[in-house]
Amino acid sequence: MSDQEYTPKSKAGKWFNDRLPLLTLGSHLTDYPTPKNLNYWWTFGGILTFCLLTQIITGIVLAMHYVAHADLAFASVEHIMRNVNYGWLIRYIHSNGASMFFLAVYIHIFRSLFYGSYKSPREVIWIIGLLIYLLMMATAFMGYVLPWGQMSFWGATVITSLFSAIPLIGESITTWLWGAYSVDNPTLNRFFSLHYLFPFLIAGLVILHIWALHVPGNNNPIGIDLKKPSKDTVPFHPYITIKDAFALLLFMIIFSGFVFFSPNVLGHSDNYIPANPLVTPAHIVPEWYLLPFYAILRSVPDKLGGVILMFGSIFILFVLPWLDTSKVRSAVFRPMYRYFYWIFVVDVLLLGYMGAMPAEGIYLVLARIGTIYYFLHFIVVLPVVGLLEKTDPVPMSISTPVLSSGADPALAKKDYDKI
Amino acid sequence: MIRFNFKRLIIVILSTLIFTKPLLSAETIDPIKVNWSFKELTGKFDRASLQRGFQVYKEVCASCHSMQYLSYRNLGEPGGPEFTQEEVKAIAASVEIEDGPDSQGDMFTRPGKPSDKFKSPYPNVEASTAANGGAYPPDMSVLVKARPGGADYMYSVLMGYEEPPAGMKLDDGVYYNKYMIGQKIKMASPLADGIVEYSDGTEATMDQMAKDVTTFLAWAAEPELEERHRIGFKVIIYLILLTILVYLSMKKIWSRIDSEI
Repeated sequence: MSDQEYTPKSKAGKWFNDRLPLLTLGSHLTDYPTPKNLNYWWTFGGILTFCLLTQIITGIVLAMHYVAHADLAFASVEHIMRNVNYGWLIRYIHSNGASMFFLAVYIHIFRSLFYGSYKSPREVIWIIGLLIYLLMMATAFMGYVLPWGQMSFWGATVITSLFSAIPLIGESITTWLWGAYSVDNPTLNRFFSLHYLFPFLIAGLVILHIWALHVPGNNNPIGIDLKKPSKDTVPFHPYITIKDAFALLLFMIIFSGFVFFSPNVLGHSDNYIPANPLVTPAHIVPEWYLLPFYAILRSVPDKLGGVILMFGSIFILFVLPWLDTSKVRSAVFRPMYRYFYWIFVVDVLLLGYMGAMPAEGIYLVLARIGTIYYFLHFIVVLPVVGLLEKTDPVPMSISTPVLSSGADPALAKKDYDKI
Repeated sequence: MIRFNFKRLIIVILSTLIFTKPLLSAETIDPIKVNWSFKELTGKFDRASLQRGFQVYKEVCASCHSMQYLSYRNLGEPGGPEFTQEEVKAIAASVEIEDGPDSQGDMFTRPGKPSDKFKSPYPNVEASTAANGGAYPPDMSVLVKARPGGADYMYSVLMGYEEPPAGMKLDDGVYYNKYMIGQKIKMASPLADGIVEYSDGTEATMDQMAKDVTTFLAWAAEPELEERHRIGFKVIIYLILLTILVYLSMKKIWSRIDSEI
């Protein structure tokens, strides 16, 4: 991996490293040549690693006190909140941590979309990232079920019932998922088991994600290939580690604001009502980070159609590297794509808002428009824009951004300033 | 080509959505905004109000509403009503708790201890539903967290009983309350001036009792609130100082190369 071979100085170090080259790996990680122009949008990878570790550590402690039983789960959460030493702190970090995790992952994904990080040769990094995102959604959904409040129960009922839309075998699959004829104690038990398992699968995929990243190296705000190491790169440590640490601390300040001063603002108050299979809440809504997909699901009048579109809205991201026909990575040099990018951002925010509103009247109309545009963006806009667009001239290197070759230097300079 | 300012467009769309939401949402009235002492970032509970609120809970609410996740010892813990240990023991001892089985296999009753959970007025949900005209009086342990308006909503419902508007027919045992969803409630107005005689001499007006009992319920739902605020301040100040130090280190390290960060 590393260009120059690393040899430990001490004898013991050499002996160990010859048998398991951990020190070589460490050396590779610290020396890893990183583009020197990475902006703060690139710090979210480190922030996400922090989020995953925080969730795993707090989660392991919570699991020591939580009881996965339909009759006892709600009470055990209150036991954690009231009787376990700093149980309230651990639980609030975990529950708000899920939201912070998704906030960070959405910024990370939209950064990739803006700077074209998903394009060749980084398709595999992108696909592994999407698998992580899928597992995150499954983990978060099952975690939300564990307190066994009203939203836990009814959210689980709505989401698991989606599988009943599958023709012929749908009903059987749903019963199999539940382990019963409705969401009940067996469902809670398996969700707890899987909620504990999935984060470790995510951790494994994160290692692959980083491994795949270290093959071509980081993309960068101007989206050009770099010679590594060169004048355009810096060693990961200390340059990137200190910058990531600074960004992470800012992130932790916001995180702490939620945990200590409004720990329930991102949750739904109905989840402090114990689950009751006989009383359906007025509006069943998932957590905020799943709302855009919920809006897509509800915008289709047919149940099976809604399920297909909802899953399709995620799976279409897997083929994104082949739908985008532009060879230029960074939106900085793509004037047309830049507009569509922001329209797409607005569209996803709009869908998220519609997901929180009742599916009726103007909300339903807007959700349908939003859904259609979501798919148009990938199926029509991206392939066509890539072919029609006249991109701005791309610099040859980070150090020499202004070009000659017939381009308007003022324009290139202006775009470069935006980075 | 006209250059749209997309950031501005996003702000306009989002603010339109946010500001039209209250206009379009279901026909509930916004609860009365009360300036609670525990609301701000450094907020603390009013100790005297908590103690009075407990008295209202014990003498009024507790005849129907359970509070099963609280123990009598919580009443003496820091950040709560902070009754003295003797007072807590006396409060606990004033109820009969069923315990057992003893060595003969029989259940028996004994006076409560501080470690006991609050005694529920009914043995189970079915009994409380049957005794209250088919409407189950919800457990009050986390009630303030379980309602969208929180403490403001709780106070508003207590103060929101009115004569129903002309033309509105109410069944027996159903009351009009303008802050409830659907404006109907199966609980009769629990408070009236003077139904409690405060031991600290405060005049027991309806408004005073509603505020006191809501404060008590807010503490019951979030007994950690004061500690949470206190730790939160320390954590955030620590993080800000560390952030400044890391920022300065970062500037120093990056000054070795020509690039701006």
